[in-house]
Amino acid sequence: MAVGSFFGSFDLSSFINALILGISIASIWLIAALGLTIIYGTAGVINMAHGEFIMLGAYSSYMLQSYFGLPFFLCVPAAFVIVGAIGLVLERGLIRYLYKRPLDTLLATFGVSLVLMQGVRLIFGSDPKYIAVPPMFTSNFQFGFVNISAFRVIVLAITIALVVALWALFYRTRFGVQVRAVMQDKEMAASFGINSDRIYMLTFAVGAGLAGIAGSLFGVLNIVLPTMGAGYVVQAFLVVVVGGGTLAGSVVAGGATGELQSIFAYFTNDTFARFVLYVLIVVFLRIRPQGLFAPSAKRR
Amino acid sequence: MPSSRRSFLKTTALGAGAAIAAPYAFVRTIDQAWGAQSWIKKGGPIKIGLLFSLSGGLAVPEEDSTLVMQYAIDEINKAGGIAGMPVEPVIVDAKSDFKVYSEKTKELILRNKVVSIFGCYTSASRKAILPTVMAQNHLLYYPTCYEGAECTQNTICTGPLANQHSKDLIPYMVKNFGKKVFFVGSNYVWPKESNKNAKIWLEQAGGELLGEEYIPLGGSEFGPVLNKIRDAKPNFIFSTVVGASDIAFHKQFKQEGFKVDTMPIASLTTGEIETRAMGNEFGAGHFLSAPYFEALDNPTNHKFVEGFLKSKYGKNGTTHYNMEETYLSAYVFKYGLEKAIKAVGLEGITPRAIRDHSGGIRVEDDVSPEGLIWIDDQNFNTWLKPKIGQCQADGSFKIVKAAEEQVAPDPYSIYPDLGKCTADGLKAPDGKIRKSVI
Repeated sequence: MAVGSFFGSFDLSSFINALILGISIASIWLIAALGLTIIYGTAGVINMAHGEFIMLGAYSSYMLQSYFGLPFFLCVPAAFVIVGAIGLVLERGLIRYLYKRPLDTLLATFGVSLVLMQGVRLIFGSDPKYIAVPPMFTSNFQFGFVNISAFRVIVLAITIALVVALWALFYRTRFGVQVRAVMQDKEMAASFGINSDRIYMLTFAVGAGLAGIAGSLFGVLNIVLPTMGAGYVVQAFLVVVVGGGTLAGSVVAGGATGELQSIFAYFTNDTFARFVLYVLIVVFLRIRPQGLFAPSAKRR
Repeated sequence: MPSSRRSFLKTTALGAGAAIAAPYAFVRTIDQAWGAQSWIKKGGPIKIGLLFSLSGGLAVPEEDSTLVMQYAIDEINKAGGIAGMPVEPVIVDAKSDFKVYSEKTKELILRNKVVSIFGCYTSASRKAILPTVMAQNHLLYYPTCYEGAECTQNTICTGPLANQHSKDLIPYMVKNFGKKVFFVGSNYVWPKESNKNAKIWLEQAGGELLGEEYIPLGGSEFGPVLNKIRDAKPNFIFSTVVGASDIAFHKQFKQEGFKVDTMPIASLTTGEIETRAMGNEFGAGHFLSAPYFEALDNPTNHKFVEGFLKSKYGKNGTTHYNMEETYLSAYVFKYGLEKAIKAVGLEGITPRAIRDHSGGIRVEDDVSPEGLIWIDDQNFNTWLKPKIGQCQADGSFKIVKAAEEQVAPDPYSIYPDLGKCTADGLKAPDGKIRKSVI
């Protein structure tokens, strides 16, 4: 491809549209990664079943909507509760025995992901499911040359709200202080009377619940299938690893990857954009393996 | 200890020799074994392999293929089987994994001793198993559309080739919506080859190609592509996006404010099952080219749809082109086997003999839901009538155009330099024949 063709077709209004789309792509990457950020950042668990938590979120929305007739906007918080509860059960039944063996959590959660995928297939069948949204969300907004779909705005708004809520949870509540204490030094925190076991349990549940919210939104943008999580888990891991496992890191990493993806896709094409993005991520991690904002203090 | 070292070397050399010779010895014993006893024992059962994915990402279309094959086999058995013998399917799960496809192929041929294999949905899985199928001189019924550019002596295909698929669709869209078109496809071999064919039809129809974009297989982010389409302002979109991506594409098309009346998507894959998965409001108004639609109005199709949906295999609640093409393959097998038995007797039946007697096999109106089709006696693909359907508000398709004549399949239509596919192999322009070209 000639270099000239990269910039030959440059057009300011389309470029601005691409930048706006980049924000939307960033919000999708980020919301997929939020739950993983919490789980990885706090407990250090490499949760391979994160994609399947997203899938469960989509299926719980589908189930509530088609069996109980719940309106879509109630399905989103309900997905948080349902998938959070599943995460809680999983943490109590399996993950809590593996905190001292991080590599085993990788294998165990991978196994869990297969079980969840096949379990959902057995219950719901392998044909794709469908989540209905009110007609107003299947349209778009147009201001002059700026164009964006209503549903992308909703995803962005929910992402911002979740980030703010998480920030408040971690930096403005007693629970948050305890979580950060456990993150920094588990034994020291325990000696001050913090029950680290309980902290891990709750953060894992919250992380799973966040994946559930992401899933209920992705079910509208995409397709509801037992295998749908696989596509998002890679993105989520990239965001978390580039960000360094902190909330601020994930926000910046999600924003940067989404924007870069959109800008590269604007100048070349989608496949090439992904290629460039992944190369850049590898180079970045070579230079800064700890990620953007790694927690500086010692962990556990 | 030189002696033991020597014996070690000797053993190793022997072992290596045996390892190299083993496959040949194996193949020979198989050949000899089957030379002595026939593939089908007198009185049956006739064993066939169903090689589809029942789990993993490909399960969505391939589970339906397994179900409709079982339905067709039940139907054939109820009507007295093939030459008086019942058909018995051996069902395996290929798990959407190309290694498993190839392992299961060996298992079906060598252990289960099936006389034919029905399987695969993607070209990637087909290409994974063809070397085994050809090495064993076996027979694969490939029951869906593909790109062509293959000439083996061991396959029969009942779906449309790239040269048949978009032949009518592109001129129809140009005539009704305008000359300007944008191509969007999934990033693998079938969309790219299909687009090469579509470009030829587009040129003949006087159309203009504004852009061509590919999305990674399974990708779900169509924002950048849709932004480009918005800037290019085509009259219609030609889509070869497949699977889950296809559903994301149609959803985001509407969510981004595109209007189906002024810029419809003309697809080669968005059928009844996809439309149902995305929701009818996202599918309505778009176009599909396929040889079969559930809405085809003829007595055979009414019987097929009703019979299938009422049977224990019809839980998915719809029929679609991929299912119907698979259904046809069961009858192509039945007729081919009957013809072969008449010609060479039951003892002479081999997978290859079935294939060699399948040229020109016709599935008539009273059996084929899409209407008369027949197998080409040179390249063993199917002569069929592509039809164009427009998706309605209720998710069903209205047939807006049907080819008047069956269109000839030609796997090398865009590669005339490579030659023509004949029954014995690919015949190059200089007259040389190459066997088993994939």
